[in-house]
Order: sequence, then structure tokens, then C-alpha cells
Amino acid sequence: MTSIAGCFTLDGAPVPFEEGQTVMQAATAAGLAVPHLCWHPALGQSGACRLCTVRIDGRLAAACTTPAVADAEVQCRTGELDGRRRLLLQMLFAEGNHFCPGCEKSGDCALQSAAYEVGMTSPHFEEFFPDRLVDASHPDVWLDLNRCILCKLCVRASHEIDGKDVFAIAGYGIGAHLIVNAPSGRLGDSALVARDFATRVCPVGAILPKRRGFAVPIGSRRHDLDAGTTPGHVHAVAETRTEDDRG
Amino acid sequence: MPTGVLPPSRETAQAPPAGRGNHRDSPAATGHEIGAAVAAALRRHGGRREQLVQILCDLQASTRWLPPGALAAVAQGVGLSPAIVLGVASFYRFFHLRPVGRVHLLWSDNVTDRHRGNRERAAQVARAFDLPPDGSPSSDGRISQGFASCTGLPDQGPAVLVNQQQVVTRLDASRTDAMIDLIRQGVAPDAWPAEWSRVDDAVHRADVILDGEALRGEALRRVLASGAPGALDELEASRLRGRGGAGFPTAHKWRLCRAAAVPEGGTRVVVCDADEGEPGTFKDRVLLRRQADTVLEGMTVAARLVEARRGFIYLRGEYRFLLDELEAVLARRRSTGLLGADILGTPGFHFDVEIHLGAGAYVCGEESALLESLEGKRGTPRIRPPFPMERGYLGQPTIVNNVETFCAAARIAHLGVAAWTSRGTADSTGTKLHSVSGDCERPGVYELPYGVSVRDVLALCGAQDTQAVQVGGPSGQCLAAPEFDRRLAFEDVPTAGAFTVFNARRDLFEVAHGYSHFFAHESCGFCTPCRVGTELVLRRFDKLASGYGSMFDEAELRELEALLHGTTHCGLGATATNPLRDTLLRFRPAYERRLQQPRFVPAFDLDAELAPARRATGRDDPRAHLERIG
Repeated sequence: MTSIAGCFTLDGAPVPFEEGQTVMQAATAAGLAVPHLCWHPALGQSGACRLCTVRIDGRLAAACTTPAVADAEVQCRTGELDGRRRLLLQMLFAEGNHFCPGCEKSGDCALQSAAYEVGMTSPHFEEFFPDRLVDASHPDVWLDLNRCILCKLCVRASHEIDGKDVFAIAGYGIGAHLIVNAPSGRLGDSALVARDFATRVCPVGAILPKRRGFAVPIGSRRHDLDAGTTPGHVHAVAETRTEDDRG
Repeated sequence: MPTGVLPPSRETAQAPPAGRGNHRDSPAATGHEIGAAVAAALRRHGGRREQLVQILCDLQASTRWLPPGALAAVAQGVGLSPAIVLGVASFYRFFHLRPVGRVHLLWSDNVTDRHRGNRERAAQVARAFDLPPDGSPSSDGRISQGFASCTGLPDQGPAVLVNQQQVVTRLDASRTDAMIDLIRQGVAPDAWPAEWSRVDDAVHRADVILDGEALRGEALRRVLASGAPGALDELEASRLRGRGGAGFPTAHKWRLCRAAAVPEGGTRVVVCDADEGEPGTFKDRVLLRRQADTVLEGMTVAARLVEARRGFIYLRGEYRFLLDELEAVLARRRSTGLLGADILGTPGFHFDVEIHLGAGAYVCGEESALLESLEGKRGTPRIRPPFPMERGYLGQPTIVNNVETFCAAARIAHLGVAAWTSRGTADSTGTKLHSVSGDCERPGVYELPYGVSVRDVLALCGAQDTQAVQVGGPSGQCLAAPEFDRRLAFEDVPTAGAFTVFNARRDLFEVAHGYSHFFAHESCGFCTPCRVGTELVLRRFDKLASGYGSMFDEAELRELEALLHGTTHCGLGATATNPLRDTLLRFRPAYERRLQQPRFVPAFDLDAELAPARRATGRDDPRAHLERIG
């Protein structure tokens, strides 16, 4: 078994860590939250969203990809770092088409929740309003690329957990986009099934189960209830899984 | 930026959304021919998935573009999902996922190319063939064109890459007219006048690296005589630092690699980064032509010191025209016992080098992105640690060094430490090659000791009335006249080799605007701040250039600049706003001219947006117009 290799502080709170753990892993294990979108405890590292950028002994680094070091002083929820997070979130909102009031994920969405958490009150940047596809070809799953934030959780989930490689990333720069592995490029012709982890891991409303709307009324959804505290979507995904497994 | 010419190539080279298969058939290749080309490319590379980028390069060389069916066949051949193969193919700017013309022109679009009129020349071609503005081929399939980032010929531009196989340099209006004529007559590019493809090395100053004969075993023999530990000590004593930009001590990197454990059945790996993508840099092109043996000598010395058996040259696709000559040098070294098994008769000293072609991706100059590309993947920079010295190519300990670094290491091994440290400064020993271009009389390569001032270089190259120098390319620094006594050295102004001169007539706002376009075009798209941030910066620049700028836009530019420094996944993203930062600081009047709007205005003309509504309602009276702002 692994043993404690050392201890660092996160915004002053002591965090013990095991050999090989990242700052994010150790903080999560200690019950502390570091804002993030593209990290999931069951999946490999990514470092794409940059929301978890912290200062480790003064240096900026992504908590999800940086190994914990003993006696480091990690700053996370400072005004400066939350300011950076706000800009990153505003970039994601401007890049895609995110209309929360019309989205089934509203109240249960990691993007929306993180935006509330760091006090984002407007998109700030001009929206790009990209022309993106909604793929309704699958019998059980919607794929709405308007909401995709390129976190690659579904790509990794399909590869690492489901063993299917249903999703991949194509293009580059601002044209980078999610694609589906099927001759037609449509989800309905892919190997995805509703029970796949890739179906349930999406932190936003890009991949959603069909025929389920308003199962929980707006106002009493997860992040509606815990508004103001740090929810993180780890919890959200875990609960979604339980719900899905029941269903 | 002139408008109404071609869109930048990034808007035409992106993958079409999966499932929208509206491809026209290639005007030449039939399904049968494509099938044969796929089979040949797979066979040549043993169907290995780490060769995917090379397989796609080979395939496109015969099919001109990559039809969906061909990609699916490649996927099957290498055992990857078709989506992953499409993901790789759509990452590289030089892979075409839509048909291109029988002649495909890629115009180098560096700032200096623009100053020399590349966009006017491209417009000339577009007019001659009535090319559609979306980058698709002429109706007869004869020709298509697009723009590429700097192709490494800024000292002899405007330059164009033809079918990614050959270059045409010095394209003035008359050469462009002559080229148009030959394309009209259907003359194949390889039958065009050889003079058009002439590439001058233009070496104006040579010293310890460029001056001597290319090394063919002389350095290796000394290393073999002194033994690896002694040679490493010597390299350390030379205080050689990497020439790619970061300046990491070379001996330290090699020692870390030598100390790293090799996985069972593997080897250590030596990689030469010949992906010279920084706009304005071309000294590696000259080294690869004049000193190819010295580059390989340095790689082989490195192989001996880190105990590597495998080597790669990652050659940028823009330098495809150097490939045959480099392969010939490799063959000669093999036949003379300088590569291969038991090198120079030394039992157990096995090392060989293969050349991998890049396919148009600046980010692959980042060492871990380069390794991803070598492994046949999208060139996304890796998470570090582990560093390549510990786990690099296919998980094996790997050193990645610049072309010039290998040359320097070979010279040090050959001439000894004193010859090296007698040049340069204490912190920056030896010489540095500078690629000089822009507004000067003698553009070309200058090998100068570290520590020369910017002013020295300007005098050497015959630059007059100089307003600014971009040192180290857009990811480096932009210096203004009061700083021309600063020294080119790691301890003052570090440089990866580009030295781009702008005289007093140049508009530094437009220079920074061009560079912002470059970074947006070259972002790999992986992390949020670089993917979206470079695009937002570009849109701000476009907005200011169109006359809609206000102080609010400047504030946003500064905000974006601060965010990108420190938040991006890799070092390239972190430097993407350097030109913005430097020019705002030093050439603010160039911005102020564009910040005249007293209040915030959107990036478009609101009233013009209402024109369709006016047309639909048949109105054009004053009340059908917005009140003018301000």
C-alpha cells in the first residue's frame, strides 16, 4: 500500500499526499475542492481546461498535472487566480453556444456551476456563435456540439473505461472539434450505448440521455441547492452514474 | 491586412464535420489508384501506427489530397479507429481533406513576405484562374492555393511551396506571370525553370560552425579516443546551451538521458529538431544544406555519449526539398562506417538515423509535441514530467536538440573546449547563427559570437533607418531603437536565431497583427487560453484594423496578454502574445491611431447589419437607419 510521502498546504489547509499524486488528486482525497472541468478521478490526466491553475510556491501550474511536492504552499482561491478562472470560463462561454435557460443540464452543469462559483456575471467577450451540429441519430443519447468545451472526458472515458474509442478530436486551433468514430460520423452509427461511461461523463450538456427532461425541477438541481459552495462535478458524475445505473 | 484576397489557409484546411461527405471526386486519382497508393504507403512503413504521419505524407504525395475512403483504409491498415486517423490528418495544416488543384500553391505568409507583396501576387494568381475565395480549386481542377506560415525563405521571398514538393522563390510580378503561363499550359512543376527554385544560402559571416569542412568522423574519433565520460566532461566545460530557444545546458540534458533507465527491448533515442518553424528563422535550412555531415556527426557523438541506437531528424514539411540530399548524406555515412553497425569499427557502437517529415505544424517545434508527431499522433504537447530525457519517443529516454546544437557539439568534440569558449561571453559561450531578413541590404545568415549588440548586426546587414528588430521571431522580443545596444546573449536578449528588421516606414501595429494571425493559425487547440485566447487577440486586432477600436479593446488585449502568460499548457502558448506585449509597450502610437472611438463600439457596423431588413421591407428612409454613434 502507498503511504504518506509528505504534506503541502492548499490555501493554508494541510494536505497530505502519497508518492506520485498530483496536487489535484491529493486535494480531492483530502476533501478539498480545486475548480476544474477536464479532470476526473477515474480517468487519465489532461490539463486542457486550465481552470485548476494554482500557484505552487508562487509559480503558476495546473493542479491536475503537477505532482505534489512536500512543504509547498499552494494558493488556489485567491482573487487573482479566480480572476484568471473567470476569463477562462468566459472564453469557453464565448467559444461555444451556451444558452443555460434552454439546457437540460442547467443546474447540474460543471461549466455553469464553476461560472457561478467565481462570480462570472457576463460573457465579457463577444460570442463566436459557431455553426455546430446537433446529432440526434442515436436512439438513447443526444450529442449537442454547441455545448462541447473540448474537455475530452468522453474521449478518455471511451478509450480508457469503455474500450471503444467512440470519440476523438479533429482540427486545430479554434477549429478543434469533437468527432464520432463511425463511417457516417454520426453517433447513431457508432458503438456507443447508454450505459457507457463516455455517455455519462460529460460535465456540460453536450452528451445527454434522451427522453429525460425536468426529472428534477429547475431550482432544486444539484448546483441550485449548493449555490455558493464548491460543488465540483466529481460528485455530480458519481451521482449521475448511480441514477443511470438505477434507470 | 488587405481584404478581399484569399482567406487564410486555416479556414480551408480544417476537417469537414464528420458525416458531411460532400467531397468532389479528385480530378485525377480513381478509387483504384487511391487503393494502390494506400497499400504502397502502408507497405513502405510496415503498417506501423507510429508511422501514421509519414504514411499520410507519402499517400498525399501521390493522391494530392486525402479522401475519406483513403483515410479509412489507412486506419484499417495501421489498426487505429478511423476517427483517430481523421483527427491526426486534420491536425496538420499540409494535409488536405478536400480536393486541391493539380498544382497547389502555398504562399508563405510571414510579415516580411507581406512586405514584399505576397498577397498581391496571390491575388494575381487568383484573378488569372478565377479562383473561388474559399480556397477550392479552379473549375478545371488545374490549380488551387492557400497561405502557410513562414516557409523558411523570408530572405528570398515572396516564396511559394508547390505541391509541397518544391519551392519557388523571389516571386515578383513578372515571375508570377510566367508561372501562371506555365500552369495554363499544363507544364508540370518539376519542369519549371530550375532558376525559379534556386535557394541561396546567403552566408555573410561564417565562424567556427559554418566555416570549417563538414565533419566526417573527425569528432567521432576524438570522442572514441577520450571515452564518453571524458567527452561529456568536455561538453560540460564548453558550457554549450541549446540553440532552440530555451537554452538548456546541453551536457546536463545528455547526462540526464544517459542516466535514465531504458525499458526492456528499447534503446535511448537522439532526435534532431529540424522543424524550424519560427517565422523569420532559416539558419537550420542553411546548416542542413552546407553542414549536413556536421549535424549527423553531432547526433552520432550524442548517440555515443547517451548510448542511443536510434536517431531521427524531424524535418519540417516546408523543407521537403532538402530530403533527397539528406538521404544521400545518410547513405554515404552508412557506406563509410559513420552510421549503422559497429561505427568506425567500434564493436557495439550501433546507431542509425531516419528522417521524418513534418506536415505544417509550428507547435511540433515544442519538443514533446515533436515526439507525439514522431509517434504518428496529433502534435499536442505532452504533460511534463516525465521529461523526454526520462520517457520520450515510445517511452524511451530521448534527447531532442536543435540542428545548430548538434553542429556546435560536433565542433566542440572536434576542436576542443578552448576553441569554443574563446568566443562569446561567460554565460553564452561560442557563436550563434542569426537569420537576418526584412528591411536590410544583405539578408542572410550571420554566424557571430554571442554578445554582439543589435546595432552590430544592423550595421553588418546594411540596415538603415531601423525602427524595430524582432529578435527570436514572434515568440521572442521586439526591440526599439533605444535598445539597440543590448546584446544578443542568454543573459541579455536570448534568441533562437531570427532577426527581422523593420525600418521607419513599417507599421508595427500591422506587424503585431500579422503575428497574432500566425499564433491563432498555429495554436494546437488543446488548452482553453491558447485556443480561444489567440483567436480573441486576433479578432481584437482585426477590429482595431477596421477602425472600430476603443480604449476598451486595449484593456481587453492587456487582460488577454496577462492571462496567456502562465496559464497555457505549453511554452508556445505562453509566448503567443509577446508581439502584442512588446509593441504595446514600445510603439503605442501605432495603436493609439486605432483607438479613436470615444466609447465602446462592436466589431461590426450595426447599421450595415440592418441592410437585409431594409431590402426585405423596401425601405431606405432615415427612420430605417440607426442613429450614428458618436
